[in-house]
Amino acid sequence: MWKTILRRVVVMIPQVFILSIIVFALAQAMPGDPFTGLITPQTDPAVIENLREQAGLNDPIPVQYVRWLGNAVQGDFGQSYTYKIPVASIIGQRAGNTILLSLLSFILTYLIAIPLGMLAGRYNNSWLDKIVVIYNYVSYAIPTFVLALLMLWLFGYTLNWFPTSGSVDVTLAKGSMDYYLNKGFHLILPAITYALLGTTTIIQYLRSEVVDAKTQDYVKTARSKGVPEKVVYSRHIFRNSALPIASTMGYQITGLIGGSIFIEKIFAFPGMGQLFISSLTSRDYSVIVALTLLFGVATLVGTLLSDIIMTIVDPRIRID
Amino acid sequence: MAANTNMEAQTQDMNTGVPPMGFKVIAREFVKDKGALIALILLVLLIVGVMIGSYVVDQNEIMWVSLLDQYAPPGDKFLLGADSGGRDIFGQLLIGGRNSILIGIAVTFITSIIGITIGLIAGYYGGLIDNILMRIIDFIMVLPTTMLIIVFITIIPNYNVWTFVFIMSAFYWTGQARLVRSKALSEGRRDYVSASKTMGTSSLKIMFREIMPNLSSIIIVDLTLNFAANIGIETGLSYLGFGLPSSTPSLGTLVSYATSPDVLENKTWVWLPASLLILVLMLCINYVGQALKRAADSKQRLG
Repeated sequence: MWKTILRRVVVMIPQVFILSIIVFALAQAMPGDPFTGLITPQTDPAVIENLREQAGLNDPIPVQYVRWLGNAVQGDFGQSYTYKIPVASIIGQRAGNTILLSLLSFILTYLIAIPLGMLAGRYNNSWLDKIVVIYNYVSYAIPTFVLALLMLWLFGYTLNWFPTSGSVDVTLAKGSMDYYLNKGFHLILPAITYALLGTTTIIQYLRSEVVDAKTQDYVKTARSKGVPEKVVYSRHIFRNSALPIASTMGYQITGLIGGSIFIEKIFAFPGMGQLFISSLTSRDYSVIVALTLLFGVATLVGTLLSDIIMTIVDPRIRID
Repeated sequence: MAANTNMEAQTQDMNTGVPPMGFKVIAREFVKDKGALIALILLVLLIVGVMIGSYVVDQNEIMWVSLLDQYAPPGDKFLLGADSGGRDIFGQLLIGGRNSILIGIAVTFITSIIGITIGLIAGYYGGLIDNILMRIIDFIMVLPTTMLIIVFITIIPNYNVWTFVFIMSAFYWTGQARLVRSKALSEGRRDYVSASKTMGTSSLKIMFREIMPNLSSIIIVDLTLNFAANIGIETGLSYLGFGLPSSTPSLGTLVSYATSPDVLENKTWVWLPASLLILVLMLCINYVGQALKRAADSKQRLG
């Protein structure tokens, strides 16, 4: 098992390198340099040239790449063109919100998907199963931004059940109980939207696994031993069927990243996805580069996690 | 073992008469599944309606800004009301719908050509070529695609509809390549391919004239599902403002008017029709795709 995991980690190293080269190339193609915004038309060209020389912008590209990568590994992405503070601290302010939202969405996804998948599989071809299949089909087909907008319009504006923007009510004192409750309250609607979109694969998988398991010998044995039907499902079948679901966990991270751009924009939620869009609008390239690299690495790690979980739960794919 | 089951299947077929082939299977599937039939009819009506409608209406007249009609509610003058510039929503819906559908078709077409070719090459040759191609595909698949497309779109000079189509295609051919490759891999080991090789048929001919037709049903299913996905991605990017250039309105552009809370809350006629049109299109295409998928797999057929 360790061999497989090690091999998988080794495969990831060139991937991270290629990703960093792509991002670096994109950064080179972007207009502007670290001094954009610091220079006024009155600045002497000689001073600019001197600054560029000192910052190493006249070095050969490979040298610049190595230096850039070294800085990036240490979390130094330079200064934001717009805010004039280090990029790392801007992202730091937003990262907490995105992680919190992703975590809640992640939990909600499984809370919704596992019962629905189990019930649909257990009572397959019943009306309940049909509803779950229809739900699954709609959640698969609907684009993220359409669902998010409809949710915001219906529950946020029309029914007034949830706040429509932001991550917390600014009037509340930081650290108080109300502050945290309010923060959680702001998270609910975007998290549910996320979760509804993430359930599709899990439900589909779980349902067909359970339907298949019903006729298997171990289930027949359990039944003939007199194990109550409820326990047959909650213990015997669930444990076997849930294994493939475990491997989807890492891929959920990938989905969350792509979705965060849409969800955070629509719910005006101050996270990294919204920062990405607003940086594009204000042409704050150093922030864009940092976020692209960060999200890229996060996706790679997500896929890695999926593969590792898979090798742990399923001995068949291990190599010896 | 495999030959045995084949023989059994053949004898069964002989007992029950000739099994339906090709389009007959698909037709039977649609007759059996009324939902799929309704989805197909609705889809054809929508696409034909949008196409004809968008050529009948005058784009210049629709995009004409008249501030007097700003946010005119639906009524006699405007069937579905007007937007912030007093432009007819219904007309924009037709033009945006046409653009979104055409872009969806273009991207699906280009990604399929790349995907099928690479998938066939990887599956047919196998070995090292397959290994290299698959590593590249695996890598592209784990990239944060949406973000990279957006970044490409912002930094590319002379950005137009075609560059958008090509950028999107560059990232979305991998799924199809992977699917075709896995099928071509098993197909390439069959006897008819070996026989053809012994006869000296060129690899190119074997791949495209002999293996590809045997994969056609899977390819068609994948095309349909990709078409829906591509419309979703394009409208999503246009919604964010990083899709079609502003001179080419998309359904996503119409939905993006809902960025203003006032429009979202009080002027639903501006964004809701476009959202619903996207949703209905996606549901119909996917439903038809599912029916085609069942028709392609004899184990799942209803009819």
